[in-house]
Amino acid sequence: MIRNGSQRSVIPFCVLMVVLIFLYLPFVMVTMASFNASKYGGEWVGFSLKWYESLFENDAILDALKTTLFIAAMSTFFATILGTMAALALHWMKSRIRGIYSALVHTPLVVPDILHGVGLLLLFVTAKHLLSYCFGWEFELGMVTIIIAHVTFCVSYVTMVVVGRLETFDGHLIEAAHDLGAGALYTFFKVTMPMILPGIIAGALFSFTLSIDDFVITFFVKGAGDTTLPIYIQSAMRRGNPAEINALSVIFLAFTFIFVFVTQMLLTRKKETK
Amino acid sequence: MQNRRVRFFVGLPTFVWLLLFYAIPMVVMLLLAFRHADANGDIGATWSLQEIRNLCNPIYPKIFIRTIWLAVTATLLCVMFAIPISYQLARMRPRIRNVFLMLIVVPFWTNFLIRIYAWKVVLHPDGFLKSIFVAIGLCDPDAILLYNSGAVLTVMVYTYLPFAVLPIYSAAEKFDFSMLDAAKDLGAGSFYAFRRVFLPAIMSGVTVAIMVVFIPALGAYLIPDLVGGASSEMIGDKIAQSVTTKRNLPHASALSALLMFGVFAPLLIGMLIRKWRQRAQGETMVTNRDVMKGAF
Repeated sequence: MIRNGSQRSVIPFCVLMVVLIFLYLPFVMVTMASFNASKYGGEWVGFSLKWYESLFENDAILDALKTTLFIAAMSTFFATILGTMAALALHWMKSRIRGIYSALVHTPLVVPDILHGVGLLLLFVTAKHLLSYCFGWEFELGMVTIIIAHVTFCVSYVTMVVVGRLETFDGHLIEAAHDLGAGALYTFFKVTMPMILPGIIAGALFSFTLSIDDFVITFFVKGAGDTTLPIYIQSAMRRGNPAEINALSVIFLAFTFIFVFVTQMLLTRKKETK
Repeated sequence: MQNRRVRFFVGLPTFVWLLLFYAIPMVVMLLLAFRHADANGDIGATWSLQEIRNLCNPIYPKIFIRTIWLAVTATLLCVMFAIPISYQLARMRPRIRNVFLMLIVVPFWTNFLIRIYAWKVVLHPDGFLKSIFVAIGLCDPDAILLYNSGAVLTVMVYTYLPFAVLPIYSAAEKFDFSMLDAAKDLGAGSFYAFRRVFLPAIMSGVTVAIMVVFIPALGAYLIPDLVGGASSEMIGDKIAQSVTTKRNLPHASALSALLMFGVFAPLLIGMLIRKWRQRAQGETMVTNRDVMKGAF
């Protein structure tokens, strides 16, 4: 860092601080509200853990959590495989097809999720009509359509992360392996895979989080009875007990903070050992 | 592994998947805009221009303009905050910088609904913020902070700010700060140096930031739905309403198709500008990928 006598402005630092307060204020407020005995927030009535207690007795939330985790696990599994394959294909491709392929893989990242949701809903409705008309097959919106939708929006994120990893990868290592007599498959599993594994894991974590987080797309492609946690939270926000959602939010936030903290620790330790 | 056939088969499944579940739905959406809804809420059997004409419904221009206005304002505010933040982050010592960067990125990892919900608590009529505002005379005791465009804008800036910081920061990180000192030695004032030396150098990051904030903001649905009211509805709300309450899928398609044009037009323009700049200056480009790398 180069510093000379010139005075540096404190404005950027102040902006940073104000924005950090802006970013964390809502979390602080929710946490406070969750321990407030008053049902509708507002005035402080007294410290209480009753919202947490009633939360753990709420079977609907536990069921929604199970559904969410199942969908997240399934879609992460498929999205990680498809995304990694796409990343490898993109990395190996040289021709003009690469442009089209890359556009197909990367544009979903910028399309607003409502368009993904509506588009998939329209596709499923059209497919339903066509299939029952042509073959007499019947299917309903449900878990399968949700998982298909989640895989679709997660694939691009996995690909992006893995491609990033592949780009930093030294191609000479592969040549070296070949020169030392390793076969193509052997090189792939012993050299390429271990090199891109951190990228694959990061991509999988990313899709898992995105899948748990998603409300908009799920909302459009879900069947009548499917309730994931975000769907539950949204309907509870509209009518349920707000105090219970405060408690649920705090638990969610605590998990996120722990998760980020642990991954950060692991990543920095890895960097240091290298 | 590098031979053609292997490459083809490795790339094929994802290609087919995305073609089926990403590209084709977009085409179906464009096609269904030219159908009309029948009485049962199903898709009608014939082609018609009815739903395209329905877009001229007198309530829509207001909503379209509001959507664009909110998206543009949110983008400007995000970029305005993100530039000084990135500058500050880039000048910090790496250890402190990582802590602050993490503090900015963590909210991005938390559940989207919960972030919005938290703002409902903050802006609550009996909430903390309101009592402070009333105490310092910023607002009337009867004023409502929720369910208006101001609330929608605040929450949009809140949720999209990390997206703006990451690309601008990754451009600022590559900036050589001794250039600012050089500019000052040559007689430039601090702000002049910032504007003429630092800003042009991070422009590629700013372009990406604008795109990654403006596009989702344009398609925002949950935020106006939860913290907005009738006076702050956006196009996303209308799409969702025509799917759920009105059961008019062709109408939803027509609105979505319009939104899609709204998204892809600035995207194409942005891409052209970047290409042009790249050719003109040969500077290092910040890609979307850098945005996400920042997240890890």
